[in-house]
Amino acid sequence: MSLDAGAPPIALDPERHAALARVWATPRGLWGFLTTVDAKEIGKRYIVTGLVFFVLGGLLAAAMRTQLARPESGLIDPDRYNQIFSMHGTTMMFLFAVPIMEAMAVYLTPLMVGARTMAFPRLNAFSYWIYLAGGVMLYAAFVLNIAPEAGWTAYAPLSGPQFSAGKRSDIWAQLITFTEVAGLAAAVSIAATILKMRAPGMTLARVPLFAWSMLITSFMVIVAMPAVMLASSFLISDRLIGTHFYNAAEGGSPLLYQHLFWFFGHPEVYIIFLPGLGMVSEITATFCRRSVFGYPVMVLALLTTGFLAFGLWVHHMFATGLPRLGDSFYTAASMTIALPAGVQIFCWIATMWDGRPRFGTPMLYVVGFIVTFVLGGLSGVMLASVPLDTQVHDTYFVVAHFHYVLIGGAVFPLLGAIHYWFPKITGRLPSELAGRWAFALIFSGFNLAFFPMHLVGLWGMPRRVYTYSAEMGWGGMNLLSTAGAYVLAAGVAVYLLNLIVAARRGPAAGPNPWGGGGLEWATSSPPPVYNFGMTPVVEGREPLWLGEELPVLDGLDERTREVLLTSVSQAKPTSREGSPDPSIWPFVTTLATSVLFVGSIFDEWWVVWGSLPVTACVIAWFWPKPSHSRQVKRRDSGIPGAIA
Amino acid sequence: MIRPALRMASLSVAALALCGCRGVQTMLDPAGDQARQIDVIWRLMLWVCGAMYLLVLVFLAWALWRARRPPLAAPATGPTPAEPGLERGLAGWAGLIVAGLIVLVTASFLIDRSLAELRPHPLRLKVTAHQWWWQVEYEGARPDQLLTTANQVVLPVGRSAVVELRADDVIHSFWIPNLAGKVDLIPGRTNYVALTPRRTGVFRGQCAEFCGLQHAKMAFDVQVVDPAAFDAWRGRQLAAAAPPVEAQAALGKQTFESKGCVMCHRIQGSEASATVGPDLTHLMSRRHIAAGARPNTRGDLAAWIADPQGTKPGTPMPRVALSSEELNAVVAYLETLK
Repeated sequence: MSLDAGAPPIALDPERHAALARVWATPRGLWGFLTTVDAKEIGKRYIVTGLVFFVLGGLLAAAMRTQLARPESGLIDPDRYNQIFSMHGTTMMFLFAVPIMEAMAVYLTPLMVGARTMAFPRLNAFSYWIYLAGGVMLYAAFVLNIAPEAGWTAYAPLSGPQFSAGKRSDIWAQLITFTEVAGLAAAVSIAATILKMRAPGMTLARVPLFAWSMLITSFMVIVAMPAVMLASSFLISDRLIGTHFYNAAEGGSPLLYQHLFWFFGHPEVYIIFLPGLGMVSEITATFCRRSVFGYPVMVLALLTTGFLAFGLWVHHMFATGLPRLGDSFYTAASMTIALPAGVQIFCWIATMWDGRPRFGTPMLYVVGFIVTFVLGGLSGVMLASVPLDTQVHDTYFVVAHFHYVLIGGAVFPLLGAIHYWFPKITGRLPSELAGRWAFALIFSGFNLAFFPMHLVGLWGMPRRVYTYSAEMGWGGMNLLSTAGAYVLAAGVAVYLLNLIVAARRGPAAGPNPWGGGGLEWATSSPPPVYNFGMTPVVEGREPLWLGEELPVLDGLDERTREVLLTSVSQAKPTSREGSPDPSIWPFVTTLATSVLFVGSIFDEWWVVWGSLPVTACVIAWFWPKPSHSRQVKRRDSGIPGAIA
Repeated sequence: MIRPALRMASLSVAALALCGCRGVQTMLDPAGDQARQIDVIWRLMLWVCGAMYLLVLVFLAWALWRARRPPLAAPATGPTPAEPGLERGLAGWAGLIVAGLIVLVTASFLIDRSLAELRPHPLRLKVTAHQWWWQVEYEGARPDQLLTTANQVVLPVGRSAVVELRADDVIHSFWIPNLAGKVDLIPGRTNYVALTPRRTGVFRGQCAEFCGLQHAKMAFDVQVVDPAAFDAWRGRQLAAAAPPVEAQAALGKQTFESKGCVMCHRIQGSEASATVGPDLTHLMSRRHIAAGARPNTRGDLAAWIADPQGTKPGTPMPRVALSSEELNAVVAYLETLK
């Protein structure tokens, strides 16, 4: 399988390796686990945690499908069912989809742009811890039977103080705060890494498409997420301290909630699938042995999608009775998305047409992605039409649509991408046979589960119903969907088992098992703790395919953590910058922040008193240290203990 | 690789074949002007999008077929010149998408405009959504002609109706797929939906916006009848309930008025005049009870009254302690409310 076994293009002699490994090492044991700022370590944890939430969300989905398999089924009571679908949506959107895309980027972007680590490594660590804390809080609530039950959208006034008793909606609102803080922190690190830490020569016209997609995604996160934090903070203040943002009786507006939520919620969908598009581009290029056709068009399409994403949110609100002329604008804007999406689809197929595709498992996911995502995109065009949307909105047709778009457009590429980069991360190859079986089960199970939902939607089945009566005639299609869901679940099980087995017993992968052209394949698998022995110099879009030895740049300090900064557009080296050592403060700050967030569910004064420990932690975190240049100078002049 | 594509295509064909099916709650069997207009855009969308999907699949299958050519010696990198056909193809494809979108946006806009059209002298209704039932009021020329019912909408065929939509608690959505698209009922706002039924028949509407615990059981019956039958129905509904003659029913009335029932329900012509729950004056004219949760039969009525939480957990209707004689009497009384 291995096309390019043996030593990676960039390898160091043992002495220099040992020196660098010592400087970049993470302490051993529990202390090291809590203090690490290694982007690869954090990325791996992030990915594994994301997959755990994917499995939990999937189990919830299986429970729902079991309940809906038969009409009038009494397996799950309505309250539990409402919790389950709310948890499923919340988990998949906030604890799986966005975090795992950022997680992939945390692991991969430094490698893809040829950097030693991420920008802001401690912020990156903080992002992971806070994400984990939010997820643990949500699932603790579910176990205690106080999970949110107003849907992942938590529309007011249903989620407001009058109609959602107890603490359920508060837990939802604070989960949003947790995940958005985590998402923003990761987005800032990713954007800074891609803009400022690229290898010399990697101009914006040579940035790998996955990195491009993550750059745009990160900016979308930064612009979109504050809107939902506002929505959820208004909600919790309505519930906790008696404000009336969403209370129509006191001059508030339930529609304000929907505007704020969807101003985030629609970009959120693209935040989830733009990384998927980047993954598809990487896999396609490698497996077709050809640069992606139409690179500038692809980048422009990603950018266009990112901009348009912010002008579409009202298409989630066509049934709310907003002025119809205004709605028509959103119809046109929403349909326009088909242009960049369609152009990208053309470019991928053109790449296959012009290249020589090999059908390794990751490539199967690309083909599955095109077949599925295009169908979901086209049903999206249908939903953009105001009149048609008023019929299918909030029915199972919409459920089918967004699963085609999100599973087809983001999860298929993600599964392909994990299989594709797994050898880089672990140094071991997953089984191709098990990989193909998993793909076959996942692809057929998915279509069997979700295609019938289009039909039951057209036949009038609303979404978010815990049961339906036999006389509606929806039973057959629902049974089919349930069967498909089980097949899909079996596929995911095979997929994950394959990875677990391969991580222990898979054959050694070598640095570049698929013959890829990106920088991440220029270092060993798994990469050394410092990523690259010397800084690669990039002279083309696929540096490893240029046919000659990869040029490198030496001279970064090997006795301190030092990274190279380059200019934003031309990637010319500008300065050498220090990178922080392992630190416990991101973890401790997370504990303090979690106490504040969770406490504020119960009493507003926690916001006041809880902010004191957070402030103390942040002061300790940012306590001034000697500047990097001074550290290097002192080290050079032999002053002991200069580097803390 | 072509196999999944084929499977999808055959599924799509099956879907098209099933489009002809009829039902009481389906948008594929339009029975009114609005639903028919939406059906036009649905069919247009299905054809245009179907054609585009087919094009993508054919191109994909072709590209995969070409994989059999001998492999490349070295990977093609950088701005490798592609086969010239591809660049023209990209421009053509983008042009085709733009053209398709222009057609669809224009059609969607025109049809949306047409949905607002009304026939002269529309019937006026007010629907108020509650957790989890529908209050329906028909406006009349005089105050005593205001008609209140619950969980049923009766419409004359061929005449437009304008339904004023309000919500009492949370957001709900009013949806009769066979007649028109859905419109939300939102606290603090008034929305309107126009319905122009063109075919007599029995249809079903259901709440389409998640509204809490019993969102799944918040439906209503829709009957489209000819104008004469509608006037007759309206006349009957305006009448007060006659006092029961039979002894058991009279006992039932007494029980109804002395137990919890009277706290929430209204029966015009009796002591019961609360407006918290559905108006029961002509309960027996309805096809279902508890907002579509059960058919309106003697047994279901008794079961519902005896244990509302068993049928619809979380419903605001409490369990009222009644002996079996009292329960039977109340049911007997309710059965007189024709």
